[in-house]
Amino acid sequence: MDDLLQEFVAETRETLEALAGEIVAWEANPADRTRLDAIFRFVHTVKGSCGFLDLPRLARLSHAAEDALAAVRDDARRPDAALVNAVLAVVDRIGEVVEAIDGGVALDDSADDLLIAALAEDAAPATQLVLSAGPRTASRSVRLSVDLLDRMMSGMSDLVLARNELARRLRDEGADPSVEASLERLSHTLAEMRDTVTRTRMQRIESLFAALPRMVRDTATELGKQVQLDIEGADVELDREMIELMRDPLVHIVRNAIDHGLEDAATRRRAGKPEVGRLRVSARQSGNQILVEIADDGRGVDVARVAAKAVEQGLRTAAEVAAATAAERLDLVFAPGLSSRDTVTAISGRGVGMDVVRANIEQIGGRIALANRPGQGLTIVLHVPLTLSIISTIVVGVGDQRFAIPRQSIEEIVSANADGVRLDRIGDAALATVRGVRLPLVALGPLTGLGDRGPTVLAIVVTREGPYALGLDAVLDTEELVVRPAAPAVMATGLYAGQTLPDSGLPMLLLDGAGIAAAAGVRFAAATAIGQVEDAEAEAGTPALLFDDLDGQRRAIALGALDRVERIARSAVRATGGRLRLVSRDDTIALHAMTPVDDHAELTVLRLTDGDAECAYAIVEPGDIVALPPALAPATIPGIAGVVVIGGEQVEVVDVHALFADLALPPAARPLCLLHADAGGWMDNFLRPAIEASGYRCVARLAPGETAAVALAMDDAGDVPAAAGALVRLRRTPAGGGDSIYRYDRAGLVAAIEARAGGVR
Amino acid sequence: MTELFLIARIAGRPVAIEAAQVDSVVDLGEIVAVPRAEATVRGLAALRSRVVTVIDTCVALGLAGSAASARRAVITRVDGHHYAVLVDSLEDVAPFVRQPLSLGLALDGGWRAIARGLVERDGEPLLVIDIAGIVPQPLAA
Repeated sequence: MDDLLQEFVAETRETLEALAGEIVAWEANPADRTRLDAIFRFVHTVKGSCGFLDLPRLARLSHAAEDALAAVRDDARRPDAALVNAVLAVVDRIGEVVEAIDGGVALDDSADDLLIAALAEDAAPATQLVLSAGPRTASRSVRLSVDLLDRMMSGMSDLVLARNELARRLRDEGADPSVEASLERLSHTLAEMRDTVTRTRMQRIESLFAALPRMVRDTATELGKQVQLDIEGADVELDREMIELMRDPLVHIVRNAIDHGLEDAATRRRAGKPEVGRLRVSARQSGNQILVEIADDGRGVDVARVAAKAVEQGLRTAAEVAAATAAERLDLVFAPGLSSRDTVTAISGRGVGMDVVRANIEQIGGRIALANRPGQGLTIVLHVPLTLSIISTIVVGVGDQRFAIPRQSIEEIVSANADGVRLDRIGDAALATVRGVRLPLVALGPLTGLGDRGPTVLAIVVTREGPYALGLDAVLDTEELVVRPAAPAVMATGLYAGQTLPDSGLPMLLLDGAGIAAAAGVRFAAATAIGQVEDAEAEAGTPALLFDDLDGQRRAIALGALDRVERIARSAVRATGGRLRLVSRDDTIALHAMTPVDDHAELTVLRLTDGDAECAYAIVEPGDIVALPPALAPATIPGIAGVVVIGGEQVEVVDVHALFADLALPPAARPLCLLHADAGGWMDNFLRPAIEASGYRCVARLAPGETAAVALAMDDAGDVPAAAGALVRLRRTPAGGGDSIYRYDRAGLVAAIEARAGGVR
Repeated sequence: MTELFLIARIAGRPVAIEAAQVDSVVDLGEIVAVPRAEATVRGLAALRSRVVTVIDTCVALGLAGSAASARRAVITRVDGHHYAVLVDSLEDVAPFVRQPLSLGLALDGGWRAIARGLVERDGEPLLVIDIAGIVPQPLAA
């Protein structure tokens, strides 16, 4: 029979046995929430497993029971005796079907519908269903307590040590060749047996990953999604117990990723992602932990929605959510009972799942970490303690002591005297240069106080932050070692990943590459961070255009202000109205020039804009586009924002702000002044230029939708339509009363217009 | 009520250790140092197929370290890890009635932290100690 199916049978059978007590307790007290949860989790797990084992019948039963129990959990339904009976009947039935699967016998499924019907809220009290249980068959696998296996393993180690002792004695006493041959045979058998015994505890994580491709395929098909699954690190070996305990959480997470995380092809296309969603499951060992990482490139967790759901479902108050940090809000996905989904599917979305996943992982002393990238995907990392693992190591010597280093973390071993290897001291830091690559050097001898000789061998250790060279006295051997966690006081040093007892009979510590770097003060993190900051600043650094100015200076101007570069005839430029202006179609725009432009037949101008206003800047020639460095030495002359160094050259940065600051507002942005024109045209001829010079736009008639900021009328114009309250009346004589203003009192007029228009502007 | 106690000598003083805390009493083999661990951790030793963490009891009590040759130890199990707690010598295993610590008994820091009462052997009062208390605990996270 399929291994997976067998495991499912064994597990379900075991859970059912454990659940028997819960069921009885729940029957006695249907309001008992913890019992209810236990039963709910059972049917949910069965449902989950059925999905990928292709057991539609069990899936139907468990889904039905789950629905009914979910209603009770949501307080939508009261657990009465009829419901309890119906659920128990379904649980019993699951047990029978499981037995039938195990025994390979057919089981009549006619009663299933009755059982499912009995779960309905309005079901008539069901008659006691009598079902014939299939014969229970003996399985070819047995379950053993971990204690027993441990005793077997330690017995094995003792045997190896005894063999070593015996071999030593025989060597010392010069044994006879036949005895030596026997010892040889004993050693050989022992080695084989040790391997077998180890396998009873250890398993490649591959067995955990083996079910994934099929499950991913089926789940994706069911949901109409395309998913590409990548599996890495399947050869990591792990305690069998851990593998078993991680199976359910992994299945939940993978299903969630496909159901909730990955979008359908159309949505992905719209988001600019490849149509096929990617799911990456990988395992690796890091320090004294195994990390199982499940990463998808889907939509990530909508934290705001999760928070809103939590409030809606009464799990948190709005105030709590508002006060929560982003991480705490993300953490809400683990809240029991939370479902971020609006519809329930057979795949997931029951709100069990993440809380159960976390409980399972914490139960084995692990933890779960989320890295959410909204719109880009979610990465879930399961940190599982390395209770026991076989690690391929390199045994190294420092002083008189030996240490093991995980082979995985060593990239290369080079002799410190080899060609192309240099060791230097830079200040108080040590540096190794290996074939031109500079690496921080950590000499293990001085670090551990075991020796202060210069290192003779360098191991290039790769950590997540970066590589460094670990200076050693000797590289002795490679060995597969059974590693166990060390005592807290030993782990507290941060240097070790665990301890092991090799055949020598002397305990040995497993070094943690990243921990050593940290203890030695090698700061990759900071170095990387600085690099990133620089990158970020370079990115954020304003792009600017270098150009040669009319006065021969090399200057830079913010690229954002530049609209285009234009060549214009000298004749288009004239000094009019107090400044240089450039004719551009029917309008003029202000032209800034550092020197007089008279001796140029043609001009190159930078057309600048701030979005509303426009102006031009005359130059000789544009140059490269560069990123302005953040260090800007302030300038003391107007028109220049400061001086930066670009390519070793001092460059003045044009103060674009100043260029625009003295421009008149563009016509569209000027407040509107409505002139109630008089017959003589005085307003149009005399008044209008004066008002426009003050920054207003004058019209004689309002276009539809326009509102005047202020309106002007002659004192004697009679009734004018009340355009707004902001009407200024003008009188013809200096003397006069009321609130009108003498028509040549320019200052008073402007002030009055300003005052009236102020309310609108 | 009488309990079974192991009478040992630590830092020259006889003490009583609850027998229930004691896994076994051994003479350790070679001790492998644990560089950079706190001074309380003398090192690691192999005890049959098991690795035990050796605790220098004197250092744990805030006294000068035990002699480098000290090998006799009491094995105890704390949180799933086995520790060998070094002792000067072992004298006896016997049932005693535990009495509360006399008021006003001025114990210094290290001893006070592990003192759990008194027993009386032939008129000689012996301090009852909690050897699990000697084992360094990780800082509460």
